[in-house]
Amino acid sequence: MLRSRTRLAALLAVAAIALAACGGGDDDSGGSSGAASSGEIKVFAAASLTAAFTRIGEQFTAANGGTKVTFNFAGSQALATQIQQSAPADVFASADIPNMDKVKDLVGTPQNFASNQLQIVVEKGNPKGVQGLDDLANADLKVVLAAPEVPAGKYAAEALGKADATVKPVSQEDNVKSVVTKVSLGEADAGIVYATDVTAGGDKVEGVAIPEELNVLATYPIATVKASQAQDQAQAFMDLVLSAEGQRVLKEHGFLPPPTT
Amino acid sequence: MSARSRVPRLFAVPAALAVAFLAVPLLGLLGRAPWGGIAAELASPRVLEALRLSLVCSLGAVAVSVVLGVPLAFLLARVAFPGRNLVRALTTLPMVLPPVVGGVALLLAFGRRGLAGQWLDRALGITLPFTTGGAILAEAFVAMPFLVITVEAGLRAMDRRFEDAAATLGAGRWLTFRRVTLPLIAPSLFAGMALCWARALGEFGATITFAGNLPGVTQTMPLAVYIALETDVEAAIALSLVLLAISLVVLVALRDRWFPTA
Repeated sequence: MLRSRTRLAALLAVAAIALAACGGGDDDSGGSSGAASSGEIKVFAAASLTAAFTRIGEQFTAANGGTKVTFNFAGSQALATQIQQSAPADVFASADIPNMDKVKDLVGTPQNFASNQLQIVVEKGNPKGVQGLDDLANADLKVVLAAPEVPAGKYAAEALGKADATVKPVSQEDNVKSVVTKVSLGEADAGIVYATDVTAGGDKVEGVAIPEELNVLATYPIATVKASQAQDQAQAFMDLVLSAEGQRVLKEHGFLPPPTT
Repeated sequence: MSARSRVPRLFAVPAALAVAFLAVPLLGLLGRAPWGGIAAELASPRVLEALRLSLVCSLGAVAVSVVLGVPLAFLLARVAFPGRNLVRALTTLPMVLPPVVGGVALLLAFGRRGLAGQWLDRALGITLPFTTGGAILAEAFVAMPFLVITVEAGLRAMDRRFEDAAATLGAGRWLTFRRVTLPLIAPSLFAGMALCWARALGEFGATITFAGNLPGVTQTMPLAVYIALETDVEAAIALSLVLLAISLVVLVALRDRWFPTA
């Protein structure tokens, strides 16, 4: 009796540790207060920027005497909330303007650095023969979208609205990368994501183009965070993204230049 | 509380810190709660939808766990079959496994292309991901161990002479189980069900990974809190308070078991 009680208690304790360990995933900054002086910046960037910014981050580290760049990639809406709750960010790159506006009192002057278009993502070989947005209304098709709170989800709703297609998604994912994952695992037949996510999705998925007149141009703004202890390095990172070199990397990953105003 | 308690005096400091560490987050939640608008928040359709779905899924998970888990607890407690320790380890694995990993494993097993899932899909036309059934499955996977180990502990602790007496009086195995064993382990069974239910109600990682996130179908309370936190902090706090209140009720209901007054 006593033994089994003790064992139960031990198991519960271990379970609690495991739960705590997995719950704390995305706010793990791992940094200390000395981060600024030892050369580290934290860049909060939209999930769709994962591949391109990782590359730019390597270039930044190489060009700035080993200054480390730690990324927090997530849905822009999640990042904006984290910055509002004083998460330690130095730079914020959003996949839309509204989420940058949400934190406008907390950041410097934003600059648009890229834009992106939507594509339909399907499994390699397009087994369901998806041709366009209209086909997504087919009830036999399992369609996954990003949640309406996520910029990619909001853009997808806009495009579907223009196409006059009513789509009942089977899931509203928390960020755009999860949409690609569900399609590449074969759990969903189609999703609406950025063209760049299809490129990053590898050889398990392919894209179906959405015609210009139905498509939505997503504009990506970047800004330094006012509370940052590493203003110079944050500004340097932002400059690199806007430089010819940064723009070349973004283009390589399928991004379009920012809209000219 | 005499001098004979022999607890090092210094323990008071870390112990007090531990209490504060556990209490401050609750105060934070209560302090930021939009008390004025809380009724309106909770009455909003999406909160009610998430609440309804959470009840359906967590009770469904408890039902699955009772139907499958009670017989398993019996076998583990009473039959010395080969590999019993291995089975017991396997049973408790979901308790220590990060739920997200559980979700990925469920996808690879019961997804449309999964080990068992492709068969389910082809033979029966059942696909579990993105369905309420999938959410129940994810919750049961994570919560069933709590029921199994609690019931097993109850079975080991009970006085088996009552069962022997019933048998000598001519009762068969099934009758003995229903009329003697079940009433004797009822407290353990209820405690196990309550633990299992509380765990299922709080399930997040396996659910969002395996079942996805769709209001009214798979978006349970914890998922709704997570999504709401990104756009509407007030709503997230209101939802969190509901879950906190439910947790407290479970604690109070089980207080005699966990905090014997002796």
